[in-house]
Amino acid sequence: MESIRGTFERLRRARRRALIPFIMGGDPDLAATGQLLLTLEAAGADLIEVGVPFSDPLADGPIIQAAATRALQRGTTPHQVLQAVRAVRPRLRAPVVCLTYWNPLMQYGRDNGQAFLKASRACGIEGVVVPDVPLEEAGPLRRAAEATGTAVILLVAPTSPPARLRAIARASQGFIYYVSVTGTTGARRALPPQLMEGLRQLRLITTKPVCVGFGISTPAQAAAVARMADGVIVGSALLQAMGQARSRAGAISAAGRFIARLRRAV
Amino acid sequence: MTRTQTLPDATGHFGPFGGTFVPETVMAALEELEQAYAAARRDAAFRRELTTLLRQYAGRPTPLYFARRLSRTLGDIRVYLKREDLLHTGAHKINNTLGQVLLAVRMGKRRVIAETGAGQHGVATATACALFGLECEVFMGEADTRRQALNVLRMRLLGARVTPVRSGSRTLKDACNEAIRNWVTTVRTTHYCIGSVVGPHPYPRLVRDFQSVIGREARAQILAAEGRLPDLAVACVGGGSNAIGLFHPFFRDRRVRFVGVEAGGQGLGTSHHAATLVRGRPGVLHGARTLVLQDRAGQILTTDVLAAGLDYPGVGPEHAYYRLIKRAEYVAVTDAQALKACALLSNTEGIIPALEPAYAIAHLAAIAKRLRRGSIVVVGLSGRGDKDLPVITERLLG
Repeated sequence: MESIRGTFERLRRARRRALIPFIMGGDPDLAATGQLLLTLEAAGADLIEVGVPFSDPLADGPIIQAAATRALQRGTTPHQVLQAVRAVRPRLRAPVVCLTYWNPLMQYGRDNGQAFLKASRACGIEGVVVPDVPLEEAGPLRRAAEATGTAVILLVAPTSPPARLRAIARASQGFIYYVSVTGTTGARRALPPQLMEGLRQLRLITTKPVCVGFGISTPAQAAAVARMADGVIVGSALLQAMGQARSRAGAISAAGRFIARLRRAV
Repeated sequence: MTRTQTLPDATGHFGPFGGTFVPETVMAALEELEQAYAAARRDAAFRRELTTLLRQYAGRPTPLYFARRLSRTLGDIRVYLKREDLLHTGAHKINNTLGQVLLAVRMGKRRVIAETGAGQHGVATATACALFGLECEVFMGEADTRRQALNVLRMRLLGARVTPVRSGSRTLKDACNEAIRNWVTTVRTTHYCIGSVVGPHPYPRLVRDFQSVIGREARAQILAAEGRLPDLAVACVGGGSNAIGLFHPFFRDRRVRFVGVEAGGQGLGTSHHAATLVRGRPGVLHGARTLVLQDRAGQILTTDVLAAGLDYPGVGPEHAYYRLIKRAEYVAVTDAQALKACALLSNTEGIIPALEPAYAIAHLAAIAKRLRRGSIVVVGLSGRGDKDLPVITERLLG
């Protein structure tokens, strides 16, 4: 097992970029979640994001919403997702971070996230991304995370003014999650032209690793982003590739093939 | 200055409630809105323009009507109805949308989006946008587009685009999600006109301020009519804008008791209710920490009550705070009780209320006998019943 920092240091020395797939815990089912983690790493993932499904995911577009809805319809709980990660954690080198929303996280022990972060850390989860907790509200989350040694990865957006950019870059741990588009998650045909300039601005004010997500779907897009960023995050496009398979095994091998294809580009 | 005059605090918190739980993408827009609103509040021209619109266009002040026959039917009390149902567009929602659309114009935003449940806020937003020549898109749960079909037609006629939302319970909660997602995508050119005292800071404060005209007028009117303050103020609570609008100006009048009435649907023992303040737990929904109807794991529950405008598993953070400090009391009444109250008000006063305020009337009817003789009660009559006629007639006459 590697730490997030260890992964980025190793990649930097090797002049490589991180490939970071996102999957939804419990989709297509809980048994698939563990197998997917192993398959994605074998296909070249350097770090993996696992979603804990929430009923009202404000930052997500239709594909990730649908994945969360499917997982919840199967009765998936945050506890089960953490256990699914824990089951395969010893066999993974790649750090795993968890993406969820503040409500399921704070309800886990009804204690502002302390119980969740303790449990997730015990399951080998290195960091959390909580898209509805901006810097202003991150105090309780950061305190709870600090107590367990979990990184709180903050997001910056194309609309973040310079002063916010600096404050978020200072506070983010592990890496900085750069939201490539003004919008929700979801595969897009083209990336916004201002993306490279935005990344350049962020580079001027921080030396922390910067990973780009939202909207990246093709090897060409991933390659373009990899020229400017330390990592490329791919969620909706991966779920879409999996969604075309007819069986659980088919979905898992489709995920592996999709990530292997991106790996060659990044 | 009492505590609510200074609430929310600078970061939008009402005690442990409120705040700004939204994606980073819209944080800059919320800051912009807060600054624009702060500047507008200090600007006499803005205040004058809003007051003139409320008077000449919306029909303010609304009467505080002494409901003699209703009072006599209920017992030895004096019931006054704050007639927001007489406003242009048929509900209190226009108080807020005129204010917010004026702000949108000040901020140079050419497009306005809104969520709507009963359709009243959607109609009020479409109306204000038509008045100022702004583009308007309203997100409405698909289930609500059916049960409030008349309001969908009104919005379309007013030039708005109505986008049915097919996720989740296909009601107000899901319309809010979709409106926020759309805002995240269009934030540079679009103002999100939230219809209740919910959402991230500064909305709960902004909407409260625009709706407080209800209570300010009512306070002056009751003093003129009775020479004293009321004993009780009653209003229905979905998100809670008409209730906060009525309550807030009486906040310092400690003798005025507040009762907020939620939709108990088919009863609190069933899963078909929207009694967030009665049954909810602290959580985060649509940008604010507040009371929320949710399961053990923190998944938001879907609600299912007759009144589309109350069909919401969250509530404004200021109400959660009033409950915490025991400034207001919150109760729930069933859909069946509300329907009966609809008939009661129609028969005794010749006023057909919207379903939403009928829950408030129903609660008053239930407790009237226990009130001290001669008690003065102000009820927020937040809207009129035209939009609900198909549902009301089917359930009462059909």
